[in-house]
Amino acid sequence: MTALPQTTEKKLGLVIDLDTCVGCHACVINCKEWNTSNYGAPLSDMDAYGEKPVGTFLNRVHTYEVKQPGRTAQTVHFPKSCLHCEAAPCVTVCPTGASYKRVEDGIVLVNESDCIGCGLCAWACPYGAREMDRAEGVMKKCTLCVDRIYNDNIPEIDRIPACVRTCPAGARHFGDFADPDSHVSRLSAARGGMELMPEQATRPVNRYLPPRPKTDITGDGKIDLLAPYLDDLPTETGGFLGWLDKALERF
Amino acid sequence: MPHPKNGSIVRDKDCTMPAFDQPALDTSPEVSDEIRKTTCYMCACRCGINVHLKNGRVKYIEGNRDHPVNQGVLCAKGSAGIMQHYAPSRLNAPMKRIGPRGSGEFQEITWDEAFQIAEGWLRPIRETAPEKLAFFTGRDQSQSLTSWWAQAFGTPNYAAHGGFCSVNMAAAGIYTMGGAFWEFGAPDWDRTRLFMIFGVAEDHDSNPIKIGLGKLKANGAKVIGVNPIRSGYNAVADEWVGITPGTDGLFILALIHELLRAGKVDLEYLLRYTNAPFLVNGDDKSPEHGLFLRDADGKPLVLDRKSGKPAAFDKKGIRPDLAGSYRHAGISHRPVFQQLAEKYLSDEYTPEAVAERCGILPERIKRIAAELAKVAFDEEIVIDQPWTDWKGEKHRQMIGRPVAFHAMRGISAHSNGFQTCRALHVLQILLGSVEVPGGFRFKPPYPKPVEAHPKPHMGVTPGQPLNGPHLGFVQGPDDLLVRKDGTAARIDKAFTWENPMSAHGLMHMVISNAHAGDPYRIDTLFMYMANMSWNSSMNTSGVMEMLTDKREDGEYVIPHIIYSDAYSSEMVAFADLILPDTTYLERHDCISLLDRPISEPEAVADSIRWPVVEPDRPGHAGVRGFQSALIQLGSRLGLPGMVNEDGSPRYKDYADYIQNHERRPGIGPLAGFRGKDGMGKGRGEPNPDQIKAYIDNGGFWLDHIPPEARFFKPWNMDYQDWAVERGLYDAPQPYLFNLYVEPMQKFRLAAEGHGEHQPPEHLRQQVRAAMDPLPIWWPPFEGDLIDTKEYPLHALTQRPMAMYHSWGSQNAWLRQIHGTNPLFVSGEIWQQHEFAKGDWARVTSHHGEIIVPVVKMEALNAKTMWTWNAIGKRAGAWALDEKAPEANKGFLLNNLIHELLPPKGDGLRWSNSDPITGQAAWFDLRVRIEKTNVPKGLQSQPHASPQHSPVGRGPKNLTYGDKF
Repeated sequence: MTALPQTTEKKLGLVIDLDTCVGCHACVINCKEWNTSNYGAPLSDMDAYGEKPVGTFLNRVHTYEVKQPGRTAQTVHFPKSCLHCEAAPCVTVCPTGASYKRVEDGIVLVNESDCIGCGLCAWACPYGAREMDRAEGVMKKCTLCVDRIYNDNIPEIDRIPACVRTCPAGARHFGDFADPDSHVSRLSAARGGMELMPEQATRPVNRYLPPRPKTDITGDGKIDLLAPYLDDLPTETGGFLGWLDKALERF
Repeated sequence: MPHPKNGSIVRDKDCTMPAFDQPALDTSPEVSDEIRKTTCYMCACRCGINVHLKNGRVKYIEGNRDHPVNQGVLCAKGSAGIMQHYAPSRLNAPMKRIGPRGSGEFQEITWDEAFQIAEGWLRPIRETAPEKLAFFTGRDQSQSLTSWWAQAFGTPNYAAHGGFCSVNMAAAGIYTMGGAFWEFGAPDWDRTRLFMIFGVAEDHDSNPIKIGLGKLKANGAKVIGVNPIRSGYNAVADEWVGITPGTDGLFILALIHELLRAGKVDLEYLLRYTNAPFLVNGDDKSPEHGLFLRDADGKPLVLDRKSGKPAAFDKKGIRPDLAGSYRHAGISHRPVFQQLAEKYLSDEYTPEAVAERCGILPERIKRIAAELAKVAFDEEIVIDQPWTDWKGEKHRQMIGRPVAFHAMRGISAHSNGFQTCRALHVLQILLGSVEVPGGFRFKPPYPKPVEAHPKPHMGVTPGQPLNGPHLGFVQGPDDLLVRKDGTAARIDKAFTWENPMSAHGLMHMVISNAHAGDPYRIDTLFMYMANMSWNSSMNTSGVMEMLTDKREDGEYVIPHIIYSDAYSSEMVAFADLILPDTTYLERHDCISLLDRPISEPEAVADSIRWPVVEPDRPGHAGVRGFQSALIQLGSRLGLPGMVNEDGSPRYKDYADYIQNHERRPGIGPLAGFRGKDGMGKGRGEPNPDQIKAYIDNGGFWLDHIPPEARFFKPWNMDYQDWAVERGLYDAPQPYLFNLYVEPMQKFRLAAEGHGEHQPPEHLRQQVRAAMDPLPIWWPPFEGDLIDTKEYPLHALTQRPMAMYHSWGSQNAWLRQIHGTNPLFVSGEIWQQHEFAKGDWARVTSHHGEIIVPVVKMEALNAKTMWTWNAIGKRAGAWALDEKAPEANKGFLLNNLIHELLPPKGDGLRWSNSDPITGQAAWFDLRVRIEKTNVPKGLQSQPHASPQHSPVGRGPKNLTYGDKF
């Protein structure tokens, strides 16, 4: 089995804002596009134009409906990729050392040369964040675009994961959670960033910002009210026409 | 085999940690050999893209950070461009049909033969009866070229797809305020505090809206989504109003009622910038009833509060009144605003009166109105920027009302859509939130008064060009395209009494009318990128029959069909001659100020596409950009403007045209880098290196509007002068917004018996009722004509963010996101019918039935069901396997929608469209639903017979990227 580093110098990861994610799948496809021709084996698409197309994706968006009794139903878009856990069970379960967590930045990677495609890591991951590539027979997962974020051939401003760079709504943020002053740390603190399934004790690095409370009315017809704000124009001063006349006089 | 690219040899130069059993990585791999910047065309949004090439192949596409539209981001469609470019469904060569129509059996031919065939059909038509060519385009971002071509040919039968898309939105906006949403304008995303979005297809205006919503969220502004379906934008909206389809207009008029009732309207704005004070003839016996009182110069008059006398609306120093009465020649005249206020203050529009029909509680309507008022008037924005108005008056500041709106097809594609869109614009204007900080702003070349647009033309002369532009904005009955015998001049019956203001034509009626020979028979139907035999038509099965129907002599009823597409779509199978288009990465294009440009509220901008990869179809005759093929066909036909004096072609191809064509002296398709020195902005003679200059600039050109000209554009002299300098107009043209649309009243007067041009008797009542110069609401026609007890429910479609029309399914990546389209039904319907997971249902309309899989969705209007549009495919199309889920389980709602309304019993054909513009009323559909047995093979019904694929099938598996 494979050891995890005691600690990592940085804790790189993502903040994903569920209040802003419109579920457009931009991150899903740009991730696919970058990663199919960069780190490791291509992300294959089996039966690509056929009956049961099955491709490898490192990031997927799930859509859930939340219906609480007496409240208007909500739709939540939930992007999911590897959370780069500090206690990553996918690493410790790996029989060959192919899965590892980088000491310098905490990114969890698969060294495909050593991966035997046994699938134990995918089974161990409680988030379903790893996918076996059916063409190559190796395990694929989010690399946090390790081949972008340090890449001298890319303009500095673009040295961020492809999903973050492409997100149209700005719902994805990248940074170092080990630095309490980083953009991601501060954002997460300000908005109540949540760990996904903390009871699993995997200590994920990524954080999700919960949707802000909606102002939809509840099913019982209660309305919060600005309503008195729209008072009728006083009848004693001539109602609408009286008001109009006075208002025009002021100009 | 483990993949060799993990690079365990290279040491990571940044790695200072001791070897911890982790391989070193090359974290700085080369990305690409070259980046070429062009414009995306995975939808109509027109984002800038950086195309990374390696070994001559497209490796990666990302958003261009410098580009005004997307500012670096890119949606799923844009990122999937690689799969579109290399799609196995790409056509490879011109083809002629060898099997029966609809079969998909073709033979590849050379371009020369293709042109000969087309010429053989078109030349005799042009010489004898040009109207026998009907030329309609689905993709309409080269309209300035295609309309010019059609005009030169001489046929009146030309339009793009606006008639079945969003003409209600565009036309209502232009008639009301000189521009509409999307490419006409945008919310002031940085300053808006309250944003309301109504019924928007989420695939476009794709990235700008998402960027904007992100800004609103970051700024803590409130978003209210009005849509029967809570997906996408409505999912993140702070408040979702799950309105009953087709009732948006009623809801908006109730909001207006509330605002008027409380006096929360911007009177100063109305006085300065709108026709609110114009005096209107109030005598219903007068032939000028409802028209403006004008002076001898034709200028509308207002009532001056100072003198108590009428004065020309633009006279300096007057103080117009908004209520009162002026008697002239025995007739009382009252201001527009007073009539408007009386109309909407009536009990008809109280929240209580509309609540049930809209499916919104009255208290909620009141609260939303209150929020609009509060933000507009209590959170006023002031920018310390002096500016000068059209009367020469200097203002020290720009004052704004930070309430913004956006809307699209959801409110537009109803038979009451035009008036609903008008109502929304009137609401914006009453709040004083158009062209002000925090509100909605126009993008150059808009604002543009309706009078500055052309009027439609129908003057056909064999062998000669049409006597003017096909499409335009009618100002009254005199401008209709009705022939002396009372029949329509156009095959789509645009600009007739059935739909007088059909500014974009009615592409959805072309096949049906051509088949019926009503108003006349045509010879050749020529279409570009419009999947009219499938998802772009109502009554899909019926349209397929019309396209294949034969006369007694064995000839097809529509004798010739020429079609251009880049891919093996359903429509390809129904054409006789195919002109294969390129992919978007292989072509030249201009996103032109003469057409639908990419400007932003603070900048004028246009852009190009250029072949970042060369068209490559080894072993075949190859493909050409449709616009190049059209120009080449035009020069073969000797069309004016397309040949030199000696008859030789004027332009080699589209690129040559883009660079050298002048529409007016100094004005061409591209506004940037004009003149021999390339320094001209907007104006200047053609520049032989213009396209190169665009390429060097990242594929676009942008010129900022000066700060003093960025708001109040229709009335801002700094803007007007700047617009003239840039060639947007030739003289300043300030104008007022039309709360009251006088041309509509002219049609009404005709319906009441006044004037020379009279509607036919059967349309008199419709014209009288529909052409109200102030917005009104009526129930969607279909629901009004059928028994709503029999069809109690609404059925809708919407396009997903990750797909564009029918194009997405051939894309190996996108089809994994949306490979099937269940019918989502509301929780109420689900329970009523005791549906369970995995169930199928029969859905029936007045026209037909479909059998489809159902899924429950609670976040949905209780009386509504919906599905994704255009996921269903005909087997054999798009190079997909015939067993593909799109072709098997996928379905089209189109089979339930008819292009004609249910019979009224009067023996007439009434089209299923808006009676003002003719816009297709897709979303008026009424249905009933019942549980049914799961069909054999999980195949939805109806199921069209397969078409033969002229390009074969896609490869089994893909490992894209293994070559890099």
